Amino acid sequence: MPVAHPRSIGELTELLDEESHTVLLAGGTDFMVGLNHGSTRLAPDDLIVDLRLVAELSTVEVDYQQQVLRLGAGVRWDDLLTAPIAEIAPCLSQAARTVGSHQIRTAGTIGGNLATASPAGDGVCALVALDATLVLTSSRGQRTVAVSEFAIAPKKNVLERDEFIERVDIPITEGWQGYSKIGTRNAMVISVAGVAVVLSSESNTCRIALGSVGPTVILSTEASQFAGTTINWEIASITSADLETVVEMTRASATPIDDHRSTAAYRKHAVGVLTKRLIEQGLTTLRKSL
Amino acid sequence: MSDLDIRESVINGGLGQSPVRPDGVAKAEGSYEFSSDLSADNMLIGKTLRSPHQHARIIRIDTSDASAMTGVHRIITAEDVPGKATYGLIASDQPVFASDVVRYIGEPVAAVVADDEEICSRALEAIVVEYEPLTPLIDARLALDTDTPPIHPDGNVIREQNVICGDTTVIGDIVVEDHYTIGMQDQAFLGLESALAIPDADGAGVECHVATQWLHEDLGQVAACLDLPESSVRLVLGGVGGAFGGREDISLQVHVCLLALATGRPVKMHYSRSESFLGHVHRHPAQIWMRHHATKEGKLVKVEAEFVFDGGAYASTSSAVLVNAVTHAQGPYRCENAEVRGVAVRTNNLPCGAMRGFGVVQACFAHERQMDLLAHACGLDPIEIRRRNAMSTGDKLITGQVVESVAPVLQIIEGLERMPFPDDGNDVETHPYHRPGGAGNTTRASDVRRGVGYGVAIKNLMYSEAFDDYSTARCTLRDGVVTLKFATAEVGQGFITIAPQIARTTLGLEDVALESIDTGVGSAGSTSASRQTWMSGGAVEAACLKVRQLIFEHVASSTGSDPFALVIEGDSIVNTATGERQLMSEVVKGLEFDEEVEFRHRPTVPLDENGQGACHTAFAFVGHRAIVDVDVELGLVRVVEVSTVQDVGRALNPLSVTGQIEGGIAQGLGLALMEEIVQQDGRIMNPSFTDYLIPTIADMPPVVAELIEIPDPQAPMGAKGVGEPPTISSTPAIIAAIQDAVNQFGAGRSHLTRVPIRPSDITEALNSTRRD
Ligand SMILES: Cc1cc2nc3c(=O)[nH]c(=O)nc-3n(C[C@H](O)[C@H](O)[C@H](O)COP(=O)(O)OP(=O)(O)OC[C@H]3O[C@@H](n4cnc5c(N)ncnc54)[C@H](O)[C@@H]3O)c2cc1C
Repeated sequence: MPVAHPRSIGELTELLDEESHTVLLAGGTDFMVGLNHGSTRLAPDDLIVDLRLVAELSTVEVDYQQQVLRLGAGVRWDDLLTAPIAEIAPCLSQAARTVGSHQIRTAGTIGGNLATASPAGDGVCALVALDATLVLTSSRGQRTVAVSEFAIAPKKNVLERDEFIERVDIPITEGWQGYSKIGTRNAMVISVAGVAVVLSSESNTCRIALGSVGPTVILSTEASQFAGTTINWEIASITSADLETVVEMTRASATPIDDHRSTAAYRKHAVGVLTKRLIEQGLTTLRKSL
Repeated sequence: MSDLDIRESVINGGLGQSPVRPDGVAKAEGSYEFSSDLSADNMLIGKTLRSPHQHARIIRIDTSDASAMTGVHRIITAEDVPGKATYGLIASDQPVFASDVVRYIGEPVAAVVADDEEICSRALEAIVVEYEPLTPLIDARLALDTDTPPIHPDGNVIREQNVICGDTTVIGDIVVEDHYTIGMQDQAFLGLESALAIPDADGAGVECHVATQWLHEDLGQVAACLDLPESSVRLVLGGVGGAFGGREDISLQVHVCLLALATGRPVKMHYSRSESFLGHVHRHPAQIWMRHHATKEGKLVKVEAEFVFDGGAYASTSSAVLVNAVTHAQGPYRCENAEVRGVAVRTNNLPCGAMRGFGVVQACFAHERQMDLLAHACGLDPIEIRRRNAMSTGDKLITGQVVESVAPVLQIIEGLERMPFPDDGNDVETHPYHRPGGAGNTTRASDVRRGVGYGVAIKNLMYSEAFDDYSTARCTLRDGVVTLKFATAEVGQGFITIAPQIARTTLGLEDVALESIDTGVGSAGSTSASRQTWMSGGAVEAACLKVRQLIFEHVASSTGSDPFALVIEGDSIVNTATGERQLMSEVVKGLEFDEEVEFRHRPTVPLDENGQGACHTAFAFVGHRAIVDVDVELGLVRVVEVSTVQDVGRALNPLSVTGQIEGGIAQGLGLALMEEIVQQDGRIMNPSFTDYLIPTIADMPPVVAELIEIPDPQAPMGAKGVGEPPTISSTPAIIAAIQDAVNQFGAGRSHLTRVPIRPSDITEALNSTRRD
């Protein structure tokens, strides 16, 4: 099986044209599992394009002018655990900490997590709550897509054949963020339910994203808006009745299924509990810094 | 006679010490050769075609396209099995390849041998098998229905066994009952099934290197299927990466030998993790009902129980597993009256058989949950109810068998009671990683309740029901070196460490070598039923004692002393009459002896139809205390500590004992919290370690272990088997601790009745209240 090792975005773009049969390989932690398991099958003339030597894909850029954090698609989970990302986007950092084991976090990338388009993708959930945008590149140029619009079904995304994820742009906001994930064991487990909450004290908004409770990561629009308007931002507080409504709206936005990992009923219950805890925790922290 | 003062001995690497395992460094470094690492020149690869149906008739198998593929050497099906068409450990009811009917998803239908794995995979896809689907039998209870058509010529009931004793009409002042469910656990050994078969140059025989638990049992079954005399088949133990019961049955042994003989070339087969789940038997899922009767003071007066074990498509060891369950229904508690009914049935689910704890795991989960119910109903704490009922040596079991083994149940319970509690440690400062939910960052300090729970168990050791159980060992002394030969499968338990320790202490000689583990000596029996230290240890000791006797006689005749006055002390021979002492290494210079021994435990008897009879050889006892933190609202659990008191007879190698205890508890914790093969219509929904979860370091707590060392008079060197007990009562202890936490959290009172427990079981328990 041929493998290409492009060293720059330019070389990479050239390799990917609409006719060629290329498959992208980043950390391989999803790709190789599929290959070994037989769910991914390659034709003999498929060209594997290894992304790891494309230096631009591993860059981390903090732009305070534009208030944006730019992460190359090849940034690995381990890189997300430390400053500056842990300080600017703590919920992404927390999501990274829940991913797999040390070995997986050393190999796996944020771009691979996004492209895999799993509703259980921990990075995806955090990025949806962070209102992040993807920059998709091909020889035809670049386009941007909101992370929340990128996955359209389990394992399906809006990438064209010749496109790749170049980077993800994350708005830098003041406030509080958190990510929690439930699994049936205390580490190295696929999410049964995950919730990311971003409280923005500049724009007085709240964004709640839910993982593993639908075909894609879900942005709980109604719950987010209701929370944004009912939180008293001046004193960083919400009434328990309003919080309960947020929780109910969150649950209502979830469309989970029963599977071998859990039940739909439990998943709905769990996203509610996690949302409540995260908002409480966030507001408590914000109150302390008032 | 054993020297009971072995602790006094000073020989380096003798009994009571913990010498480094001979394979320890290689395993730690990763250089150890597991059976999957084996290779031979000119080797081909074999792969199995498996049934995609739970139950179907095979109409036609067409291998012509696949056979014609470049790189494919042979394809074999049932037609190519020259000897016996079936195999099996107790009943020979499992086809080498299905010929007319397939009975579970994953049943072997054909095997291909080709140049490499990829060609094998493509050839398997090119084999055409036409099936006519039949109605599958999925529900174990339906298998009992006489209207259900048999799915196998041997019928749907593998075995029924009741245990009825005393006065079954007695009603207690206090009666508690419930239904319990145990999910299907996998052995999840890390070293996947693998074997290398090398045909003899003349094609008249074969040598098979395989990771197995019992070389001679494999030999008998393989030779019969190959239609070869046993002398033409040699089995050599390949490096085994764990077993836990899952390697007692034949998996790829017959296939790989057939392919090697068919091609005249070495053939290797090795399973992937997903195939491994299909390729070996699992722990029986069980439905158990129990009703306990007690006096107001909490003294057990009667146990009633019903067990339904789903054996899956083939019998394997189901009948013996069932007997273990029904005969252990009372637990380690005195009880005079019992009415226990049990049945193991055949279904079109995955075949089930041996796994660490062997039927007692299921029984213990139910009887320990019952003891907690009883404690509550009697207003006693869980320690007190167990103390009041603890059995002891000389008590009669519900089978009528008298417990002759040392039975320190009371010491175990009181030992658990004395164990100090770990610090609470759960304050706001604690990193969420150390709370329930672990790395998922789900749980605040205020969401946590800490619970404590107990479990106590009795476990039979060795084989039961009149089985002629023996082990063989040879001891050779030459040039001052002791060489031991046995066919005991080293599956990680450490027999290759223990055996030389026994020889050193018995003979006073440090230099001990081990020969290859293969069928070049008599059977050692299986590495299962916590039996090898007792059985093969007994055989090694007996063979060494024979050699020692010859040495003593030689010394006596050459020095004119009384052979009965001679003893070994450490590395010396001592004449107790004269006080004279000489180094054994000096004494044995020029001596050569070679002794082989078959060691048997005392006979047992079969059970009668009411389950009466001294069917078990010996018993060991154990207790566990689990401390868990539970996030009740989310149903998440973190086990904080498991402490245990275990009756080991004598710790011949304390480090090995600790290893068995910690590993066994990890497996018991796995069953309590996460390990389950989830089947939907016979298909495994979680056929890899992505979703078949086993505990990680974030799940496994520190273990505090206390050993009770009362040498058992029946046991060679006083040592009881220690492998299974840690797995057995750790499971109910953890569930009881979760129950305790749930009870603190909620009003009402629930009763947790299923393992593995799922987060949803805990959250739902909050909303349910028991009615009794
Ligand atoms: C043991 C284990 C545990 C895991 N645990 C978790 C977990 O807890 N949470 C979780 O979310 N995931 C988990 N995963 C899944 C996986 O590790 C992540 O999804 C990871 O981020 C994938 O990244 P990768 O670089 O390895 O992707 P790869 O496997 O290299 O690629 C995955 C897919 O993305 C495509 N791709 C990669 N980069 C790009 C790009 N720049 N542009 C377009 N397409 C691209 C590839 O073509 C491929 O289709 C686990 C995996 C394993 C094996």
